[in-house]
Amino acid sequence: MSAFLQRHRGLLILAACIVLLPLAVQNDYHYDVLINAGLNAIVVVGLNLLIGYAGQISLGHAAFFGLGAYASAILTTTYGWHSLAAMGAGMAGVGVLAYVVARPILRLKGHYLAMATLGIGIIISIVLNTEAHITGGPDGMSAAPFSVFGYTFQSEKSWYWLVGGCLLAAVWLSSNLIDSPIGRALRALHGAEVGARVVGIDTTHYKVLIFVISAIFASFAGSLFAHHTPTVTPSILGFIKSVEFVVMAVFGGMASVMGSVVGAVIMTLLPNLLASIEDYEPIILGAIMMGTMIFMPKGLVPTIAKMLRRKEAP
Amino acid sequence: MLESTIQFILAGLTSGAIYALVGLGFTIIYNASHVINFAQGEFIVIGGMSTVALVAAGLPLPVAIVLATLVTMVVGLALARFAIQPAKDADVVALIIITIGASIFLRGIVQVVFGKDIHSLPHFSGETPLNLMGATLMPQSLWVMGISAALILVMAWFFNATLAGKAMLATAYNALAARLMGVDTKWVLLSAFALSALLGAVGGIVVTPITFVSYESGIMLGLKGFSAAVLGGLGNGIGAVAGGLILGVVEAMSAGYISSAYKDAIAFIIILVVLVARPNGLFGKKGIDRV
Repeated sequence: MSAFLQRHRGLLILAACIVLLPLAVQNDYHYDVLINAGLNAIVVVGLNLLIGYAGQISLGHAAFFGLGAYASAILTTTYGWHSLAAMGAGMAGVGVLAYVVARPILRLKGHYLAMATLGIGIIISIVLNTEAHITGGPDGMSAAPFSVFGYTFQSEKSWYWLVGGCLLAAVWLSSNLIDSPIGRALRALHGAEVGARVVGIDTTHYKVLIFVISAIFASFAGSLFAHHTPTVTPSILGFIKSVEFVVMAVFGGMASVMGSVVGAVIMTLLPNLLASIEDYEPIILGAIMMGTMIFMPKGLVPTIAKMLRRKEAP
Repeated sequence: MLESTIQFILAGLTSGAIYALVGLGFTIIYNASHVINFAQGEFIVIGGMSTVALVAAGLPLPVAIVLATLVTMVVGLALARFAIQPAKDADVVALIIITIGASIFLRGIVQVVFGKDIHSLPHFSGETPLNLMGATLMPQSLWVMGISAALILVMAWFFNATLAGKAMLATAYNALAARLMGVDTKWVLLSAFALSALLGAVGGIVVTPITFVSYESGIMLGLKGFSAAVLGGLGNGIGAVAGGLILGVVEAMSAGYISSAYKDAIAFIIILVVLVARPNGLFGKKGIDRV
């Protein structure tokens, strides 16, 4: 039992937070912010597998999030699909696309990989912006309500529990993935790619695998987002949004699942807290990005965990 | 047909010249520090915006240009000193985040100081179009191409014929060896940022009469400059200039003959194709990995 607690400590703390948070929530707006934080967290947990564990950067993940959102919006309205079927189709489509692009581009390294993922993100965002007869162009479009087995999610409260549950599932899945042989291979890959290859790890295979998994996470969150938000617009898959996802992962803590969640929640709440000084928001955001990387390059959660451990030890 | 092709080539060379300057800025900083400076596009905006503000304040254009360039260089120095130097040993991802953070930070400051409006400058020597084999050319395009070419030549001279330039090249090849030979590598980092800021600012100023400038216009220009540098092979100055010109011309051609909505997408498709076929850029050398 204590081994179980030890292993899933983060997951249990997160579950407790999700259950207790509604006590502090006063209105639908608060729920709305928390729901968006949860959706971002799902994307970032997946992205952190790629950045933190496999050591590969992606500056185009918002495109996968956006493709998931548009798949749900288009399939449930224009074609009248069931929302789960649309979500599944989006995830499958994004998975295939990620697989096709990953094989050639993951051979690239560092800045070249950043450039390639950035390029793919921008191309997808331009296509969705331009093909207005399918996507509604810059005005965007809305999805049908989200329903599962006859239950339709309408109230903010029901959405809160849905997203909370999905986030827990995402965290559980990725923690298991990290403790599996795949996770060990990824860490070896991050440490020394040539070294990993020498001891017999098919590094390309694992890099592609984790890229596809993280893209599917993003697509899943995107689908939920499309059903929850009033309108899906191309701004959700721009370069800036991709950067925000990376910042959440890095600020919270690279190679830390809980760090991803904390990073996503803080960076989602921040603009709302700064709403009264809206003009200064980019300045503060930029300063946080630079400050985090200079003073705690490992990110918030690993840095604090290290400080706590140092205090415990005599 | 021929006229329109010439027209597109001229338009492409004009924007290509700016991409080349920005790409060269990326290259200089990359060589000095292995940092990709995502805030490069903000140098263009700060240069353009400060000139607009100084001209509006009543200064003559040439004075405003010199002052605005100096302002941008100070920003570049501050960036190197306070954001890059303290994080010198961070890994690639961390450095990418720092410079993206810097670009958001600077964009925020530009927006607070100069507002969100789109600004322009008067053309340097009138707006009477010149006729070139049936195609029209604005005199300002000549300014853009001429000044870019002059700056690129000055850079080539600086890196090949002066001691300071050679010290910077030596640092690019092997920072430790350069330090052992008495090169002050901290100085190299600062000068690289100052030079890049200079290239960005001048590029931004000469192009503002044609393309206008707003607090946001640095994002796309920065990405295009990065593309130019990658296309030519990171770290290769001549490659970055060629990459910028190729990018500009191909973009103008595809805007003219294929679709103007997909102009930006086509630029990135070219980059992807080149990267997949030649992972180290058109003129880059093959990298070797060490464990």
